[in-house]
Amino acid sequence: MNQYPLWKNLLVLTVVLLGGLFALPNLFDQDPSMEISAQRDAVIDQATQSRIEQALEPAGVVAKGMAIKNQKMLVRFKSSEDQLKAMDIIAAELGDNYTPALTLSPDLPDWLSGLGAEPMYLGLDLRGGIHVLIDVDMETAIEQAAERYSSDIRTLLREKKLRYIRISRENDQVLVKFNNAEKRDQATEAIGNEFRSLNLESLDEAEAFLVRASLSPVEKQEVQKFALQQNITTLRNRVNALGIAEPLIQQQGVRRIVVQLPGAQDPAKLKEILGATATLEYRLADTEHSVEDAVNGRIPPGSNLYHERDGQPVLLKKRVIVTGNQIVDASSGLDQRSGQPAVFVSLDGVGAKRMRRMTNENVGKPMAVVFIENRVTTRMVDGKPVKVKKKVEEVISIANILEPFGRRFQTTGLDSTEEARDLALLLRAGALAAPIEIVEERTIGPSLGQDSIDQGFMSVMIGLALVMVFMAFYYRVFGLVADLALMMNLVLIVAILSMLQATLTLPGIAGIVLTVGMAVDANVLIFQRIREEIANGNSPQASIQAGYEKAFSTIIDANITTLIAAVVLFSFGTGPIKGFAVTLAIGILTSMFTAIVGTRAVINFIYGHRRVKALAI
Amino acid sequence: MQIINKGTRFDLMGKRSMALVFSGVLLLIALIAIGVRGLNFGIDFTGGTLVEVGYTQAVELSVVRDALTQDGFGDAVIQHFGTPRDVLVRLAPRDDLESAVLSDRAFNAMKGIDPGADLRRVEFVGPQVGDELTEDGGLAMLYALIGILIYVGLRFEYRFAVGSVIALVHDVLITIGFFALFQVDFDLPVLAAVLAVIGYSLNDTIVVFDRIRENFRKIRKGEAIDIINTSVNQTLSRTLITSGTTLLVLVALFLFGGEIIHGFALALIVGVVIGTYSSIYVASSSVISMGVSRADLMPVQKEDGGPDEMP
Repeated sequence: MNQYPLWKNLLVLTVVLLGGLFALPNLFDQDPSMEISAQRDAVIDQATQSRIEQALEPAGVVAKGMAIKNQKMLVRFKSSEDQLKAMDIIAAELGDNYTPALTLSPDLPDWLSGLGAEPMYLGLDLRGGIHVLIDVDMETAIEQAAERYSSDIRTLLREKKLRYIRISRENDQVLVKFNNAEKRDQATEAIGNEFRSLNLESLDEAEAFLVRASLSPVEKQEVQKFALQQNITTLRNRVNALGIAEPLIQQQGVRRIVVQLPGAQDPAKLKEILGATATLEYRLADTEHSVEDAVNGRIPPGSNLYHERDGQPVLLKKRVIVTGNQIVDASSGLDQRSGQPAVFVSLDGVGAKRMRRMTNENVGKPMAVVFIENRVTTRMVDGKPVKVKKKVEEVISIANILEPFGRRFQTTGLDSTEEARDLALLLRAGALAAPIEIVEERTIGPSLGQDSIDQGFMSVMIGLALVMVFMAFYYRVFGLVADLALMMNLVLIVAILSMLQATLTLPGIAGIVLTVGMAVDANVLIFQRIREEIANGNSPQASIQAGYEKAFSTIIDANITTLIAAVVLFSFGTGPIKGFAVTLAIGILTSMFTAIVGTRAVINFIYGHRRVKALAI
Repeated sequence: MQIINKGTRFDLMGKRSMALVFSGVLLLIALIAIGVRGLNFGIDFTGGTLVEVGYTQAVELSVVRDALTQDGFGDAVIQHFGTPRDVLVRLAPRDDLESAVLSDRAFNAMKGIDPGADLRRVEFVGPQVGDELTEDGGLAMLYALIGILIYVGLRFEYRFAVGSVIALVHDVLITIGFFALFQVDFDLPVLAAVLAVIGYSLNDTIVVFDRIRENFRKIRKGEAIDIINTSVNQTLSRTLITSGTTLLVLVALFLFGGEIIHGFALALIVGVVIGTYSSIYVASSSVISMGVSRADLMPVQKEDGGPDEMP
């Protein structure tokens, strides 16, 4: 007799129940909601909640639910109109220190969310959003490091009173020139003692004694690691300030960063903010020399020629008072006197001290604010990618120092309030340690995402229906059992995807469709065997037993090879392709369970405990 | 219900010279198509920019072209995508604009025609990323083939491993050849589909091989070719049914899955059809040609404590 032991039946039952339970959250609607996170020192607590409630009340907007979790507040709404209305109200009420972001969250009953059950995590191609791959310009990062060393070496040699002729930087090397070998050797020792991470090499050229300092491979690696980490931090700050729920910012390889922003809608603006290297520099204007001479090519040493936004040339001192790196906080607003857009800046201790000293010594003299932006792009020249770097330096404001100032002050001269807001955001988020370039972008509009979900769902359902009808006709009772297993398989795939919170993508849905077609293969193999056994004159019960047994190793062999392909796909694929590999692999595993163990349990239940004359197969 | 009547026995292997000619012709066409016409690589591999815009009503391509030309995108490739309301534009790189902002400019120009236009999709792949994807894709295919070769070699015998890999290469070449011949876009999802074809085609082949092995051990008389023919016949219904159900869902995916998934579904449809044919003919014929015999498949006999061969 064909009977499963009790534990096997219980196992099947448990898997079915658990599968159903964890697949359940996907049936609930998603509420339009808002995720509010605190910036800087702000906190989110019960007081914030009542502030929001009171602010929403006059507008007639009622939150469907509010919850605080992981220092973030989630506010749900009944409709997206309410959500958008509330966005403006809450942003105004809470001010700069809080960032509200629009999102969707499932409306699960408490007992279900209490179990940790969540709906599937949809990929960007389904929920809409922006994916960018950012390349960090490591060559420049290393050159910048060499540049820092060259200025440190200069300071060191001055301190030690070792006279040199010239210090210059070539790519990632620093060359120091002396007029005799003795001084060169003293300097080499001094540099070697102070900067242990530099490789030093003495060179003798005609009439010149040189030291060549280059970054050791270990040091280069450190520089690159730091540049990448610093850039990730900066990008994270920028993204957080923009107010996007569930952003993903991740290292990929040794010089790339992936940024995924679900639900984000304005790619132009986002790319601008992500890629921006805008920063400020404060310099004194050079009033002793003539600007006309400089324009004609006679630029005085110690000064540089700049242009204002309207094209007006200005001469500024080479020495920088403070740079954007010394800015610790910035906000935007309007200048109280002129009503112009302004950025209010706070400096760190060192910057504030320098600023106070310089302004003290130079009251009545003009000081300029330089707006600096670096851009890198890759162009194809003769079939090879070539990096083009462009540096924009504009003087946005130049004004006389009325009185000494230090830690906090304001800068005007920006074109619009929007520009002031963006600049404040960039200054606040910190500068990028190395220039970056967007090398890949995939933006999916929300309408396309929804279409893809609908079409994907439709093809799964139609495919499922066709296969089920065919199986029922072809294998009758056994076909219906296979159909049951097929549906269970689908539920299990959804449940596992939800549990793992693996990303479901459009190719992922295609993977599910494909598994639906292939999952019945195991049952076809088993049922064909059973038919053969019956044709050979075996009894129905023996045929069932033999059919399952003989088909087993074939099924395993066939599925393992498909699994190999899925694993290879997973390890090589990016984003959406990984999604395909994941659903394909999960589908193979669950289908083996449902098609072998699952159907056997049901077949045993139908035929196992009685005498059977003929099987409906 | 039965697809193939009980007791039917086609002389499948007897027609393998015909199959050889058929496969040869298909492969030749595929290779010529790949060599001469080349694959119509999508921007995933070549690098470039693609913008899909959804208009509120049907729009003439010439209107879109005019709008784009005015903004300096004269060399853009423009086509409808799925419906007459959707327009897909491929942009060439421009010297005066950063690649990353190309799409934003083009969308603005296209929005000029219809302020309600909706940005459905932007894909920008830099040249260096495209090169990497091409390389990774090729490597992925190679590793999948090697992994399978090893597994089948361990589970069966080397001739079966070689036979299944011949069938796989056959399927992959013909599927890719199809894309070259009809100049269908070959993008990342299509590459994924080709890799899935490798998995699927093998699945079919393994089932046939499994039966061949079983029959070699069970049927004590008869030529190798007869046993292989019997095995292929015995698994024929299963091969056809599984391919049938898979094709059913793939056709559903092709028809209802949306424009983006078209190439993917098409590659799988072609691959499954070819894979079914090859598991019947190519894989088994290769094994016959390599002269597999019963002895090769007998389970290794355990030595039972015989006399020691000590001198």
